[in-house]
Amino acid sequence: MRKMLEQPNLITRSMIAAGLLSLFAVHGDCFGQATATAPAAVSAFIATDKPGDDGRAILLHWEQSEATAQVLLSRSLGDDERSALVRDQRIAAATKAIAAGATQADAVKAADEAERVFANDTELQWTFIGIAASAEGAEGFEVSDLPRAEKGFRFRAQSTRDGVRGVAAETTEPVEAVSAAFFAARFPLMIALSLLIAVIGRCVWTAVHGKIPELRKIAALDAFDEAVGRATEMGRSVLFVPGIQDMTDIQTVAGLTVLSRVARTTAEYDATLEVPTTRSLVMTAARETVQAAHFAVHRPESYRADLINYITDEQFGYVAYVAGKMVREKPATCFYMGAFYAESLLFAETGNSIGAIQIGGTAEPSQLPFFVAACDYTLIGEEFFAASAYLSGEPAQLGSIRGQDIGKLIAAGIIIVGTALATIGAFAPEGSAAAAASWLVDVLG
Amino acid sequence: MLKRTVPLFITGIAGAILIVAYFSPATTNWGEVVTDWMNTLAAVAFILGGGNLLFVNLEKISSKRPGWAYALVTLLAFVLTLAFGVLKIGAVPNAQFPATPWAGDYESVRAPFGWVYEYVLSPLTATMFAMLAFYVASAAFRAFRAKNIEAILLLGTAFVILLGRTAAAAILTGWIPVDGPFAFLRLDTLAVNIMQYVSTAGTRAIMMGIALGIAATSLRLILGIDRSYLVSD
Repeated sequence: MRKMLEQPNLITRSMIAAGLLSLFAVHGDCFGQATATAPAAVSAFIATDKPGDDGRAILLHWEQSEATAQVLLSRSLGDDERSALVRDQRIAAATKAIAAGATQADAVKAADEAERVFANDTELQWTFIGIAASAEGAEGFEVSDLPRAEKGFRFRAQSTRDGVRGVAAETTEPVEAVSAAFFAARFPLMIALSLLIAVIGRCVWTAVHGKIPELRKIAALDAFDEAVGRATEMGRSVLFVPGIQDMTDIQTVAGLTVLSRVARTTAEYDATLEVPTTRSLVMTAARETVQAAHFAVHRPESYRADLINYITDEQFGYVAYVAGKMVREKPATCFYMGAFYAESLLFAETGNSIGAIQIGGTAEPSQLPFFVAACDYTLIGEEFFAASAYLSGEPAQLGSIRGQDIGKLIAAGIIIVGTALATIGAFAPEGSAAAAASWLVDVLG
Repeated sequence: MLKRTVPLFITGIAGAILIVAYFSPATTNWGEVVTDWMNTLAAVAFILGGGNLLFVNLEKISSKRPGWAYALVTLLAFVLTLAFGVLKIGAVPNAQFPATPWAGDYESVRAPFGWVYEYVLSPLTATMFAMLAFYVASAAFRAFRAKNIEAILLLGTAFVILLGRTAAAAILTGWIPVDGPFAFLRLDTLAVNIMQYVSTAGTRAIMMGIALGIAATSLRLILGIDRSYLVSD
């Protein structure tokens, strides 16, 4: 026996090795090799409809006892998703059958069988929606952009760690995503807009009934006649650039309302007005606008559609055309009214170099400095939108500007109150001022 | 009647639908329908635009008006690029369907359409954009001439921002301790503060005016108060 222990034979060596291996397998982690075990399943898994949305989101909640695990989330298929998958399965089965020499009837049978198999396979009825990084305690996840599902959705949450999955938890009943009457997040904006509409409506009404508001002088707008008059005297054209955006941009629309006034003046003075456009729809609208202006001053014969052209949608292609035209034909007056980006300075500097009177107007804050630097007059933001109303002199339109100013006053009041509350709140973070400031931020948020 | 009332009615209805659709999920589809109509109109107008481009340039060439050679270049570029794209001339054959004539990739630089875009249009637009640097310099030179108090303030502010955004800030004021009482005088800190507080406050004030202006203009158009864009009856 002693000899055997000192010089162990093959059987003894094998027995010792087997013992060590079994120990290693059971307590492998003592050698630094982790043994994966399934994480605990999530508990209290519930799905609820997200309130105040368009019926395309559902909120998931669960509790997790292990902080190191992740949670895999799945949902049942939407109606169209299921139809598409069934169609794919049927096509695949039928194609395979035909390739194997089956008749059309057999191919249809194969497709039917594939659909039956699909319907019976419960795992194929789920689609993966995301992974939630876990933290110990209650967890949540928002499932958005849900497709249509007449019977609602079921959800499944399965904890996982190191590739080993725990027991899946499923919602007990299907949950339907219900559409609300109004978007809850946009409700404060709706109230603010309603208030603004009411204020503007009231101001328009009072203006129409004789109480016309007085407006401060806007130098750029008062210079319109002078600028067109100069072009007429010099025998040169007036160039109007309505920005580079389509009619879907309100700045382009505002630009065209200004064009209407410019066209009226050029028609009266018999000056040439050229309007190169970067969108074909803008060209059509600009032609209508200029024609309307010529009709309004009883000069329909002087309207020339060929001076209002579509050039190109390409931003710098348009710049090349307009800048080239400016250098060659040297218009006496240039108007830039609309949405502008990098081309604003290219236009304004070219116009400056040819000695034209330039009036710019845009609501792009980043381009305003360029117009201010290079143009003779600039309509800054709100002035640009007020231009058409200002130039028209109509009581109703002037009243709307007053309403706009009252809206600005209300906004300024809210800013002052908010700033005061936030300042007081900074000194007393637990006080009611801080809470009020926080509420204001949430509401306006 | 038709020339004024119908467009006014369409503007009012479409505008009202888009406003309601923004706030009410139940009417979101209506808003999408209005947008689809707008896109359809834009597509039709594109044909008008293309037609106009052809007409204007052909007229210029035929009457040999000054600059008719530019019109010829424009016309050639338009027709050739249109043909390359629409007819997929020289398109790179599709690996999956090599025998199918219309399955080729026409946007590849190996195809004429992609080549024109990559090696003609892109360099030309980049050239135009690059000119901006020179225009910025000349506009800045004019704007920063210290001819009155406002211009002096503008010049001073621009000077601080310019220095604060370059290595000059560290060289000139780097010796001022960061945590000292005069840290705000460091050019880099001054530049950040001007951008963060003064410039942001001004921009936000302008933005607020713009938002109200957009709302008022939209209302004027939707309610038919501003009809300047319509032909009179």
